[in-house]
Amino acid sequence: MQVILEQLINGLTIGSFYALIALGYTMVYGVLKLINFAHGDFFTFGSYLGYTVLVFGAAFLTAHFGLWGVLSVALLAAAISIAIVGVIVERLAYRPVYKAGRLPAVVSALGASIFIQNAIMVIWGPRFQAYPSELIPNAHLEIYGINISLLQVIILVMSFLLMGVLYFIVQKTTFGAAVRATAHDRKTAALMGININKVIFFVFTLGPALGAITGVMVGMYYRQISFTMGWNYGLKAFTASVLGGIGNIPGAMVGGLILGVLEMLGAAYISAAWKDVFVFIILILVLIFRPTGLLGEKTAEKV
Amino acid sequence: MEQATGSGIRKYITAQPLRLALVVAAFLIYPFLVSDYFIDIAFFFGIYALLGLSLNIVLGEVGLFDFGHAGFYAIGAYTTAILNTKFGVPILVLLPLSALAAGLFAYIVCSPVIHLQGDYLLIVTLGLGEIIRLALINNPFDLTGGPNGVFGIDFPSIGPLVVDSSIEYYFLIWILVGLSIVGLLSLQHSRIGRAWNYIREDETAANASGIDSRKYKLLAFVLGAGLAGVAGNVYASKLMCVSPESFTFMESCLMFCIVLIGGMGSIPGVLIGAAFISLFPEIFRPFAMYRMLIFGLAMILMMMFRPGGAWPRKRGAVGLKSLLDDTGRSDA
Repeated sequence: MQVILEQLINGLTIGSFYALIALGYTMVYGVLKLINFAHGDFFTFGSYLGYTVLVFGAAFLTAHFGLWGVLSVALLAAAISIAIVGVIVERLAYRPVYKAGRLPAVVSALGASIFIQNAIMVIWGPRFQAYPSELIPNAHLEIYGINISLLQVIILVMSFLLMGVLYFIVQKTTFGAAVRATAHDRKTAALMGININKVIFFVFTLGPALGAITGVMVGMYYRQISFTMGWNYGLKAFTASVLGGIGNIPGAMVGGLILGVLEMLGAAYISAAWKDVFVFIILILVLIFRPTGLLGEKTAEKV
Repeated sequence: MEQATGSGIRKYITAQPLRLALVVAAFLIYPFLVSDYFIDIAFFFGIYALLGLSLNIVLGEVGLFDFGHAGFYAIGAYTTAILNTKFGVPILVLLPLSALAAGLFAYIVCSPVIHLQGDYLLIVTLGLGEIIRLALINNPFDLTGGPNGVFGIDFPSIGPLVVDSSIEYYFLIWILVGLSIVGLLSLQHSRIGRAWNYIREDETAANASGIDSRKYKLLAFVLGAGLAGVAGNVYASKLMCVSPESFTFMESCLMFCIVLIGGMGSIPGVLIGAAFISLFPEIFRPFAMYRMLIFGLAMILMMMFRPGGAWPRKRGAVGLKSLLDDTGRSDA
């Protein structure tokens, strides 16, 4: 029982990474019907920026602001810089293309992904980089015999906080209603006086920022980052957003968490080597029986 | 363009004899002028052309988003590798067998998911491609050799003629590409090709006029996978080894780009797209680290300035007529 619960906690940790990245995919998809292949690379870029702050600024920042100060600076610096990168990529690579249709935008997005990935390689070099190891005290909490590390607690609290805030913005505020309306039907939303450009700006700042924060958390959790890791996480997160119903914001959160838990349980009880196969088979089965994902609405295909 | 409304190679030859002769002559003379290195580059251009043609059936003709095409390519390559190294089956016998294996596999895995629309089909095919790659890494029944792959694959041979030099491989792949182009052009002109294009333009209307869209979509997947299987066979024997890292998601993405950079459903477009994907990184080799950076940038610029592709197919143009349209303009 304890083992299952511990695996569940591990699964939720990884799942919250997937969920936070999936939010970026699903928001952009909802508004533009574009699969933003560069999103996984935003995540990697954020991870590397956080690494730079933590490695090169740690001594100075710790002396002035303490441990939590360093972490906040790293997270904020990554989030803000990547939000700016997100907007730039949207302006330069996507905006000139998406009036031509969806498929050219796919190629453009792949091009942007290759570009960012290789830019990271040129800046930081092709080798693995390691996050500083003694950043968070290596403490463990024991709750009813279940072992949780302090780092996991911080990651889980932060992820759920971020998801909660995003959920509140999107579901409860007027601007959130505008985002949802745009995702539902862009043309009609524009006719109702919603500023589509503002909505696009919103999804291309918040999505990449969430990705960057996740990148820093992944760096702290696994300690090792590489310039190609965006592909793997991006693929999983994209899978998570489709599992939940692409374009649906709560769906991405649920999909990410389910994917993480399934992956961990698969690794523990089936086989570690086959866990990803297990995840993809579940995804395909879900789509065969619920073709629009778990929380996706059934919409009539426009004729 | 009016003189070429009929079908048949002859019409094309009579319409554009000089250009066709020049292209064929260039392909024939090229390998005798350059070193083995450049012949090999042209060989991989041929492999990508074949892969582009195979994905073009699914994506270009029918408009189905297939992001797992590298999986079918892998099935072909591994069928060749395993049957050749374990049972000594000759490579040329395995050429149709690999195509059959990949086609059969596509039929089995695509049957239950063919009803999915657009992006949902995309993620399912992507998942299938990943499942194949991960399965190859995990070495089921000790057949696939895990992450290292399978080594020691033979050269293709007919009697005393053994294909074992760069120049012979060059001719092998380009003969296959040439045959595929002839076949696909006549397919464009057939009932099947028209049904495919109808489904791409409007599936509901196609169904309403009595086209069994499920059947035709599956047929496209099977044919596309079969052709990718052929490419896998030649690739495996050329490299003499296969490993899972040749069949990643990135490879599927590159095939997707070949079709879109050239122009959906356009056969000359596929050749241009394949040339871009295979030659560009070679041309920019002196830039070393910045090479892929420029590659990514070029992809964005291509789509910005020619969103319909480099050589788009004219709407309604089928068969050889589509080849004659060299204005590069599309009204789609």
